[in-house]
Amino acid sequence: MPQDAVTLARPAGAAQAARRRNYARRYAWFVVPAACVVIAVILFPWAFTLYVSGFDWHLGSERRWVGLDNYVRLFADARFGWAMLRTLFYTALAVVAPMLLGLAAALCFHRRFPLRGLARTVFILPMMATPVAVALVWTMMFHPQLGVLNWLLTQVGLPPSMWVYSADTVIPTLVIVEVWHWTPLVMLLILGGLASLPQDPYEAAKIDGASAWQAFRHVTLPLLAPFIVVALIIRSIDALKAFDTIYVITQGGPGQASETINIFLYLQAFAFYNVGYASAVVVVFFAIIMALAALLLWTRQRVRVT
Amino acid sequence: MQGITRRQALQAGAAAIAAPALVERAGAQGGFDWRRFRGERIEVTVQLSPRGQFLQRHNAEFEELTGIKVGLEVVPEQQHRQKIIVEYASGRPSFDVTEISLHVNKRQVGKARWNTDIRALLADPSLTAPDFDFDDYGKGMVTYATQSDGRLDSCPAGADYFILYYNKALFEAAKLEVPTTWDAMQETAKRLADPSKQVYGHVGRGLKNANVVLWSSYLLGTAQRDMIDANRQLITDTPDAVWAGETYRRFIRDLSPPGSIGFNWNECQTTFMQGRAAMWVDGIGFAAPLEDKARSRVAGRVGYAVVPKGPGPQHHCALFGAGYGIPEASKKKGPAWFYIQWALGKRNQLEWLTSAAGVPARSSPFRNEEAIGKSHFPREFFQTLEASAKIARAGLPEIVPVTQFRDVIGTALTNTLGGADVAAELKRATAEFRPILEQSERES
Repeated sequence: MPQDAVTLARPAGAAQAARRRNYARRYAWFVVPAACVVIAVILFPWAFTLYVSGFDWHLGSERRWVGLDNYVRLFADARFGWAMLRTLFYTALAVVAPMLLGLAAALCFHRRFPLRGLARTVFILPMMATPVAVALVWTMMFHPQLGVLNWLLTQVGLPPSMWVYSADTVIPTLVIVEVWHWTPLVMLLILGGLASLPQDPYEAAKIDGASAWQAFRHVTLPLLAPFIVVALIIRSIDALKAFDTIYVITQGGPGQASETINIFLYLQAFAFYNVGYASAVVVVFFAIIMALAALLLWTRQRVRVT
Repeated sequence: MQGITRRQALQAGAAAIAAPALVERAGAQGGFDWRRFRGERIEVTVQLSPRGQFLQRHNAEFEELTGIKVGLEVVPEQQHRQKIIVEYASGRPSFDVTEISLHVNKRQVGKARWNTDIRALLADPSLTAPDFDFDDYGKGMVTYATQSDGRLDSCPAGADYFILYYNKALFEAAKLEVPTTWDAMQETAKRLADPSKQVYGHVGRGLKNANVVLWSSYLLGTAQRDMIDANRQLITDTPDAVWAGETYRRFIRDLSPPGSIGFNWNECQTTFMQGRAAMWVDGIGFAAPLEDKARSRVAGRVGYAVVPKGPGPQHHCALFGAGYGIPEASKKKGPAWFYIQWALGKRNQLEWLTSAAGVPARSSPFRNEEAIGKSHFPREFFQTLEASAKIARAGLPEIVPVTQFRDVIGTALTNTLGGADVAAELKRATAEFRPILEQSERES
């Protein structure tokens, strides 16, 4: 009997599988539009960029196949190295500061107080503004003689600053713009996490006599960790990609003091028309972003498991 | 009296219906047939500037005159340069007429033969209106637009000279004369400065890339004058180039407002407009905003003069310019050429001059005393233009990688503001750029 059952069951299973196959085959064409879009806007540009990175090609001149020479040249290019270091420095500041401020703001806005809704709305307004418009306004505010920021400093007895007009202060100053612009996003992500936290662990902690700090350190932070990691991933990738604000305010200057990878890439591609070399920069930069994203996703996974 | 017959009425009606076409045709035969391409459509792309905005405002006039529809695109200068090069390189540019910055893209466009040679169009009387009068163009501008192989692949549109703007009120208060040499200008700037009131003797471009044209203005005043020699070799680390670098450093580091290292023309303009700088050397196109009473605190008190003289035997001011070209790939060269004739015709060029929208490439606007007299810009402005035209010389080398040249030399100049040695920086920058230029020349 069991043998019969198996014998009977086999054709039934095969028929189901066949039906599944038929189902997949019948609707396979539905994937075609999406596949075409992915090929046209993601895969083809990528493959083409990779291909072009093997040429010495200035727009308007003949292309010459150079293989991996552009990559060799890139790693020997001190300007690229400095741009990479500046990008890392900028990214570190532009991630840490909004993360800390965003977390603090989320904790603050999570509490109930009068006009909380209005305060939240006002806080997230910078995020709504167009980056180029924001950058132009900040440029005027940074003007060493006519800007409002130096006027404010002198009103409280502090010496004026050179802001983006000095190689020493340009990157921290650009980070101020980034912090002002993107801290609300971090706040929103973490605030969403706070709203979804269960109340039971807090009640248990209260019964155990935990202080406010202990409840935050041992209950809130571990529960919020997945949301913080998501905010960290988004912020890190955004900061690495930052271009518009820097380009509008300093164009990479003074000198090359704020020339990050993106500015370097832009100059190579659209100012020097050095398309092959710029493509090699894109490939390397993409690899860096992918590695960073993978690392952060792995961290997120670990946090979830824990 | 016999009434009108049916036959006569029909004949009269037919004549009335045919009359406009006959008159139009007769007019066309008698003069130039501007409506030859009516019903066609062309795409035009120009830079965002007072000239581009002028064309935008008057676009309907061209459409009415010719019956040609125009899709006009006005794009900011830097983005426009990038856009047209990328489109040219694609082999299928979307435009039939484009503005070209001759000081940036001329050699690149010429080398790749992206534009059509307009000499053939000029020689065709069925395509060129008799009153276009190409002889009206200044010889200097025609030479500036002509490629090294003799092709004229853009029609000269306008020039931009570096001139000296000065604050008359500050000069009058200090009872000082307008300087005529760079050395005298430094002394004058020192005497006019009043840092306690945040007023400085000078303001100028310090930002990398943008600053090279100021340095080249000083270099033009030396015996060497140019940045490449007759053999197309780089000469940017010579004693004259170092003198120009040191002059640049003194003006920007010692005589300009703190933070000038990051100033482009817009910060300079703001500083000068607010009355915080006594002198500013920059392009002629800033006269219009400086004289705008709604935006400028120095409107009506701006002085204009040719740039001071250097230690060399000749006196020069930096020249930059623009032309309008037709892509070789365009299938509408006829209508495109009509557009260029209209856009750069005598009337429009006169309007550019009298509204300070730009310096026309034609000579006739400068001779129109009546129109100049009616302009709200002071006569001193026009006199400065005329004098500058006589001493103008290319402010940037005519090479393909000119933007990279500006980047490399500009970075060196910026480094000198931070304390680096001028000679060492220019030597390093020259060594860095030399192989780039050599490769570019080989490819040419």
